[in-house]
Amino acid sequence: MKVFNKKNILTLVIIVVFYAVVQTLISIGIINSYYEITIATICINIILAVSLNLVTGFTGQFSLGHAGFMSIGAYVGAIINMEMNSTGGFLIGVIGGAVAAAVVGVIIGIPTLRLKGDYLAIATLGMAEIIRVIFLNMEITNGAAGLNGIPRYTNWLWMYVFTVITIILINNFIKSSPGRACISIREDEIAAEAMGINTTKYKVMAFALGAFFAGIAGALYASYFYFLKPNIFGFQKSIDILVIVVFGGMGSITGSVVAAVLLAIITAFLQQYSELRMIIYALLLVVIMLFRPQGLFGTKEITDLFKFKKKNERIE
Amino acid sequence: MSLLSVEKLTKSFGGLTAVSNVNMNIEKGELVGLIGPNGAGKTTLFNLLTGVYAPTTGNIKLDIAGNIKEIGGLKPYNITKSGLARTFQNIRLFKDLTVMDNIRIAMHQNVDYSMSQALFRSNKFYKEEDRLIEEAEKLMDIFKMTHKKNELAKNLPYGEQRHLEIVRAMATKPVMLLLDEPAAGMNPNETANLTETIAKIRKEFNLTVLLIEHDMSLVMKICERIYVLVYGMMIASGFPAEVRKNKRVIEAYLGEDV
Amino acid sequence: MDQFLQQIVNGVSLGSIYALIALGYTMVYGIIKLINFAHGDVYMVCAYIGFAVTTYTSLGFIPALIISMAASAVLGMGIEKIAYKPLRNSSRIAVLITAIGISLLLEYVMMYFVGAEVRSYPKLLTEKIFNFGNIIINLQQIYIVVTAIALMVLLQFIVIKTKVGKAMRAVSADKDAAQLMGIKVDSTISITFAIGSALAGAGGVLVGIYYNSIDPLMGMMPGLKAFVAAVFGGIGSIPGAMIGGLSIGIMETLVSGYGNSMYRDAAVFAFLIIILILKPSGLLGKSTKEKV
Repeated sequence: MKVFNKKNILTLVIIVVFYAVVQTLISIGIINSYYEITIATICINIILAVSLNLVTGFTGQFSLGHAGFMSIGAYVGAIINMEMNSTGGFLIGVIGGAVAAAVVGVIIGIPTLRLKGDYLAIATLGMAEIIRVIFLNMEITNGAAGLNGIPRYTNWLWMYVFTVITIILINNFIKSSPGRACISIREDEIAAEAMGINTTKYKVMAFALGAFFAGIAGALYASYFYFLKPNIFGFQKSIDILVIVVFGGMGSITGSVVAAVLLAIITAFLQQYSELRMIIYALLLVVIMLFRPQGLFGTKEITDLFKFKKKNERIE
Repeated sequence: MSLLSVEKLTKSFGGLTAVSNVNMNIEKGELVGLIGPNGAGKTTLFNLLTGVYAPTTGNIKLDIAGNIKEIGGLKPYNITKSGLARTFQNIRLFKDLTVMDNIRIAMHQNVDYSMSQALFRSNKFYKEEDRLIEEAEKLMDIFKMTHKKNELAKNLPYGEQRHLEIVRAMATKPVMLLLDEPAAGMNPNETANLTETIAKIRKEFNLTVLLIEHDMSLVMKICERIYVLVYGMMIASGFPAEVRKNKRVIEAYLGEDV
Repeated sequence: MDQFLQQIVNGVSLGSIYALIALGYTMVYGIIKLINFAHGDVYMVCAYIGFAVTTYTSLGFIPALIISMAASAVLGMGIEKIAYKPLRNSSRIAVLITAIGISLLLEYVMMYFVGAEVRSYPKLLTEKIFNFGNIIINLQQIYIVVTAIALMVLLQFIVIKTKVGKAMRAVSADKDAAQLMGIKVDSTISITFAIGSALAGAGGVLVGIYYNSIDPLMGMMPGLKAFVAAVFGGIGSIPGAMIGGLSIGIMETLVSGYGNSMYRDAAVFAFLIIILILKPSGLLGKSTKEKV
């Protein structure tokens, strides 16, 4: 198998075409600023959901603190960009924010990832809260008053590029040996250890990778909405991301993408009724778990549909 | 020195001593059985050998080609890397994954690319992935699982699941295999296949095997030596003919009819 | 020194409330190994019920307390039947997610119907202040501690001396064995939820009276803190929950009084993480290992 095969080239073409189509629609004004906000939200949520899915859906580690990593990326990215007000500064900020989030991910992950299930969930929730309180009390983040005047460099191009990169990289990870090691941890941690897998190492790896991309999302968020407050990144945000992952299917990247789009549309419709939105989200969680716990896509991807077609062709 | 030497191994959980002062020696190429009544501590002993538990006192030494390594207290994945693989009493397959994936995952420690090479799909990544698939297919071919390679582990019939457990353990390229009640729940047909599989493992892979079993006809037929564990203590060891006549063993476990 | 003792006094009454809520967590975890995320919100709903009863009727403290406790028992049992029982054989993550969903549902449905703003309880108990030197003890604080202790003693009695209590302990130890012994597991679990929720409900009313304000999101933080208390004391252990509750209450008032009150919540979480890493079975709990 080589990098430049038919499938990859076709994928690349689709990616570029999609970008161009939307960019055109933006340029000629069909997609106005209201829709642009929805698109931005969708992109950021896709990155958040796919990265949380890596940790919770694929590796089976239930994390309720994803918003904490997003906030690290947001603040670090914003502060760097405010120091270096240029596109280069913006990009350095994004990567810097992501790296900072990943580092914190490793530091938090090593002690807490030995906890299981409910305890891990609460510990990650606690960690995100601690991060939030720290940001609330720091001078450089301007605390509760919020950080203002963040330069605005996020546009459709950067949103799209980072979203696509996130999806590709996480997909590449999942379909590789370290990725399969993570999946085996979800399936049966004791058996995985017995098969020679250092489960702590891979849990932390998945956790840190998830944090890295959450950091990217955070930095993009900061640069698009140009105002940050620690309370944006509270428990509710972590729940929002969790709902997308559960709805789309824990273990399906396609599911996270589709769910992010659907839920962003629902949210846009329910903008005036913010409490109703939360009630619907809550009901979604309960109903999905009771009646269709695998969510929309389960552990299947959109490419599985194509595989099925191919299998049939061969039989004929 | 023996391939596996266990010296004065003891494991206590609080006030309860599950394994007490156990000594065991297994030579390269042997097929040894470990028998005893339920609750005797056999699986605990396996768990000590494979790192699930750390010994309270005592040593476990692995001697591979002159390299002597103390493996007591090591983590399971390190012990597997050292060459000791196991199967589980209650099947622990990766249920929602295919047979191919179950096997590929067991080959993980022998994979030679880094995380970034995986993320950015270098040529090395593609080469190694191809090699993995090739090796997995070879293994499946040897153990006659090729026709099920894309089947989900949970959809396999019981006997095949147990078979896959063994094949998966083989994929870690061990020098010694620990089988925990591999014949449990099997009908005579499946047990016959199991016997064949174990024979193949020893002949073609030159593997040493230690197995826990309750199926006495299987044990007496294939094991070269037998250890008997009762209440955490090794009360007898020797050739099947001797063990089967040992008064203490008959009293504690076998009964008169064997 | 006086400041310190005052904080202790405040901590004891706060801790009594945490203990009441923690008991619910610990009992439910003991019996079905679930952290009932919605528990803190049952506490909130019943604070509101107490509010409604006392505001719109002329009933006093004790009747309001009893009605709220009854209501929360029903709510707790209802949630168990609808959301947790069907998932009894599902993965832990599935039940946890459902519990989170129920928690959010309670919060936002409440918000939708009664509004997000803070309400205040009518004056139920006479304001009386006792002075011990420089230390102030409020009559309400005494009511809280006494009520909490009375309820906890009642609980211990039920668990140790009654048939129901024995059934609860049996199901906690081994659900299948208990069923084989003829114990009705489903109703035992329902009763556990009922009692645990009733205690939380009592806590809700007491909080309404003491802090004089209730809002739909009031359950989150006390809920989590009570959970920390239950873990600290040893999850599954009733005396542990009581000790844990008091400890967390005192710890919180000390941090508030001597440190930065902004860090108060973070301190509780940090404490939880430290316990989970060092001694997850808590003070009085038992550590269980998975059988391989």
